Amino acid sequence: MSAGSPAAAAPRLGLILLLAPAALWLGVLILIPLSEMLYISFQERVAPRIYQFGVSNYLEFFIEQVYWNTFFRTAVISIVATLLTLVIAFPVAYYIAKLARGRNKNLLFILCLLPFWVSELVRTFGWIILLRETGVVSRTLQWLGLADAPIEFLYNDAAILVGLVYTSMLFMVIPLVTALDSLNDSLIEAAYDLGGNAFSIMREIVIPHAMPGIVGGTIVVFMLTLGNYLTSTLLGGKNSLWFTEQIYNQFITRFNWEQGSAFGFLLLLLSSLIVWLGLKLSGQTLAKSLS
Amino acid sequence: MLPTLPRPRSARLVSTLYVTAFVVFLFAPLLTVAVFSFNDSTFPSPPWQGFTFDWYVSGDGARLGLLHDSRLLDSIFVSLRVALAVTILSVIVGTANAFLLERKDLRFRNLLYMIMLWPLVVPGVILGISILLFSNTLANIIDDLFGWEIEWLRPGLTLVVLGQFSFIATVATLVISARLRKFDPTLEEAALSLGATRIVAAATVTLPFLQPAMIGAAIIAFLMSFENFNTTLMLVGSDATLPIAMYGRLRQGSTPVLNAVSVVLILSSAALAIAAVALSRERKA
Repeated sequence: MSAGSPAAAAPRLGLILLLAPAALWLGVLILIPLSEMLYISFQERVAPRIYQFGVSNYLEFFIEQVYWNTFFRTAVISIVATLLTLVIAFPVAYYIAKLARGRNKNLLFILCLLPFWVSELVRTFGWIILLRETGVVSRTLQWLGLADAPIEFLYNDAAILVGLVYTSMLFMVIPLVTALDSLNDSLIEAAYDLGGNAFSIMREIVIPHAMPGIVGGTIVVFMLTLGNYLTSTLLGGKNSLWFTEQIYNQFITRFNWEQGSAFGFLLLLLSSLIVWLGLKLSGQTLAKSLS
Repeated sequence: MLPTLPRPRSARLVSTLYVTAFVVFLFAPLLTVAVFSFNDSTFPSPPWQGFTFDWYVSGDGARLGLLHDSRLLDSIFVSLRVALAVTILSVIVGTANAFLLERKDLRFRNLLYMIMLWPLVVPGVILGISILLFSNTLANIIDDLFGWEIEWLRPGLTLVVLGQFSFIATVATLVISARLRKFDPTLEEAALSLGATRIVAAATVTLPFLQPAMIGAAIIAFLMSFENFNTTLMLVGSDATLPIAMYGRLRQGSTPVLNAVSVVLILSSAALAIAAVALSRERKA
């Protein structure tokens, strides 16, 4: 059958119709805009409205201490927040997957999901009321006699970490529970019968089996923290020095789009690099980690 | 280690305490927000000054309640409109993508799938700025060539819809194609051999099978859009969505009307969450 015959043309037309929305979406909203961002980041202004190709925006990033520091700081805090999230979430996920039974298990799982259906803004607002100088924690400490003056818990790195860990929790708990659920209980029982203790069973049976969940959760949480804007700026205040805020300032406050594009590309690069490293080190694929 | 294995009492106690503390940690901020929406004080902070519904219903200028705060109400309507548009677009494109990914004859299928996942990996702020850059370039080119000023290519709600759609479409695609993968193709073949055309078979057999996933994807898309901040921040014009309006108030310092609107958000998200969970139960059954 030749390609020109109607019978072959019909499925081909169907394929084109199906391909069109995806092509428009990915082309117009993702690939072209990101390519343009990359292009603009290499433009430097030589005179009003006159630009030429150059790397000065990237040089600026390395010369100006504050940019470089903010970038490094954002990366470090994101890594710490991701590890903390993992350490806090793992026992909970283990409890849900292996220790809780029946109704209890479902209820607990749904309880863990519920807060994350609520807007991040509302959750951060809750932390502000809890942590600020006139807030609930400070008042309670004074009332208990543990403090004689109001204490400001906001606007420092610890507050940013609390907010980031809180916001990320769901994206760690779900992959961990899924991974641990698929571990057959009899393997743990067999290890126990063969003389394993809690520590060695964890290290040799549970954690290796949960690795896909650990990697998936870690990658997603890291990406989300690195790109976070709300939690870090609201809980960190003026001292937050968060890289996405730096991008916002270049774009919206200073109207320096070339510099902002360079920053945006650097953030994208860092995010992709760490995701790629995480996948390489653990032998996973992105598709598997995200699903 | 397991309920079937001997566990010392202390271990059991520690694990129960830990999980309880975790649940408290999860709900503390939400409960705090809710409690202070009923506080008879102009600041959303302790001390407790008595119970009031003012922050919901008061029409008094200095203590404007949610029902009379026209700026907040307007932003809720803006968010609803945006979320509706994003939902419809995402479900349509997500369904088309699901059919596309299921076609075995498609070359570069894996590459396409990777690119479709990409918007989830790119930070929201960067999706926002790149779309801002591109639309601005496009608007300038059109202006230079034809002298037309295309309003919707400048920051505003159209760009907000497109920006949110750019990554919510991925989520809709994942949800709907997961369902389509479970579809038994012999059902469609049966329809075809009984004389249905491809389009009729898809409309009467395959689409009804996909319907629960499409509704699930719609709920998730709606919520993600309604709550989106990062991408929206870069693309928003003069009409603020609810998260943008709330962010502005939070930075200025607000009355507990912000708590009242948060409570409404918490309750409606919880309702949608329960609907989505019930739906996925039904799908499994």
